[in-house]
Amino acid sequence: MSKKLKQISEKSLFFISKSSEPLFSKKNRALLSDPLDDNNPITVQVLGICSALAITVQLKPAIVMTLSVMAVMGASNVIVSILRNLIPNRIRIIVQLVVVASLVALVDQVLKAFAYDVYKQLSIFIGLIITNCIVMGRLEAFALGNGVWKSFLDGVGNAAGYGFILILVAFFRELLGSGKLYGYQVIPEAIYELGYVNNGLMLLSPMALITVGIFIWIQRARNRKLIEKN
Amino acid sequence: MNRDSNSYTFLFAGIMVLIVASTLAFTSSSLKEKQQENVRKEQMQNILSTIGISVSRDEAENLYKKFIKEEISLKSDGTADTNVNAFKISLKTEIKKPLNDQRFPIYIANVDDSKFYIVPLIGSGLWDIIWGYIAIESDLKTIKGAVFDHKGETAGLGAEITEDWFQNSFKGEKIIDPQGKLMGISVSKTNNDPKGQDKDDYEVDAISGSTITGDGVTDMIFERLNHYMVFFNKLNNESDIKQISYKFENQKNNYLLTRIYGSLREFDKGYVPRKFMN
Repeated sequence: MSKKLKQISEKSLFFISKSSEPLFSKKNRALLSDPLDDNNPITVQVLGICSALAITVQLKPAIVMTLSVMAVMGASNVIVSILRNLIPNRIRIIVQLVVVASLVALVDQVLKAFAYDVYKQLSIFIGLIITNCIVMGRLEAFALGNGVWKSFLDGVGNAAGYGFILILVAFFRELLGSGKLYGYQVIPEAIYELGYVNNGLMLLSPMALITVGIFIWIQRARNRKLIEKN
Repeated sequence: MNRDSNSYTFLFAGIMVLIVASTLAFTSSSLKEKQQENVRKEQMQNILSTIGISVSRDEAENLYKKFIKEEISLKSDGTADTNVNAFKISLKTEIKKPLNDQRFPIYIANVDDSKFYIVPLIGSGLWDIIWGYIAIESDLKTIKGAVFDHKGETAGLGAEITEDWFQNSFKGEKIIDPQGKLMGISVSKTNNDPKGQDKDDYEVDAISGSTITGDGVTDMIFERLNHYMVFFNKLNNESDIKQISYKFENQKNNYLLTRIYGSLREFDKGYVPRKFMN
């Protein structure tokens, strides 16, 4: 038993020395760039929509969320990819969940001790990361079947694709909804005096959905191959 | 070993749970002290900011010691309970106790000879608890300042209660009507005073899109302050008594003055010349 386990772990742990591929080969770069456009988690895969609605009222939480999802997805993809040949098939979802949840709990604890202000900023969003289906989706679809470096790129790439849409939506919602960007007033007082009013509807979740819908429309009009046949 | 066998699955799950549990337990217990220190300093920072002292979290402790003169935990009848450290009371667990067992913390600050009474608040918003501090001036009617915080209110809507513009609108508002009845402050959607110039309307302007969080703030202020009314009334009476004894002291001095000026007879009659009265 131990011999076989050893073999397996050797195969999975010492992956880098074996790979003859350069670190940023064309294929690996595609892992990073694809999720930004052609394979975007939100606009194409339609994953992670719920958190995209919840935290895009302002730019600041959207950016913080993007960074934390990147960290969690990168790390969890790496861990699951290392363990991919050891994880029993029947409990793999549970294992993935445990990996993500404990990473999130760790990050939460460390932030609370050493970066209390960031911790206060994130508060519930840290918990929201666990429920983000992109994390689980990528673990299940990619990290379980691919090497560590590739899984890392895939995780970071998908988080970036998710964050890109998040920040874009938050940009328009904060600008049109409260006239601010990153908490700073950008629409001058003079325009308000002329009768301009902030669009309160932009602050409510339905407008996040509609904004995402408009992005999907623009993306498909530009990129014909995304349109479903039939 | 077969990766699909039951025993392997159990073994894997067991080892995984052990590793994860011990890692989390270790980080949690080793960081606990530092986390609690952060929470404590933030509490001090919040208390200070209600009386207009903005301070970084690291300096909070020193300034807190400088300005906050008393921490009292009150019983429901308005007397102090010296066995309980007011600063350490966690309102979250306290409000679940029966009323007579509850202790109500109050902080008394002295800044440049003026006294402020700071009351901690707790209530519920839309998603989770909201809390804060409200400082009342020594007339026991006017708000000096307020801070609010929340656990999970919606960013851009309910979470705006932590913003300065909202908290500033409480400054100078009255919480008690001239008859001495507690009015509180309502976060009002029908407030015809969006700039907050009318300080006697017991209202501040609400945040659009966050009705429930706003109502939560309204309820929290009234509910919490209501428990302190016994104490405030007591203070009011005490200060009345003080004023009376002050007058009495003055009269006595006047008698003496009359004596010095030789109007012995008038003194015997208990008469005080009008010009010495105040």
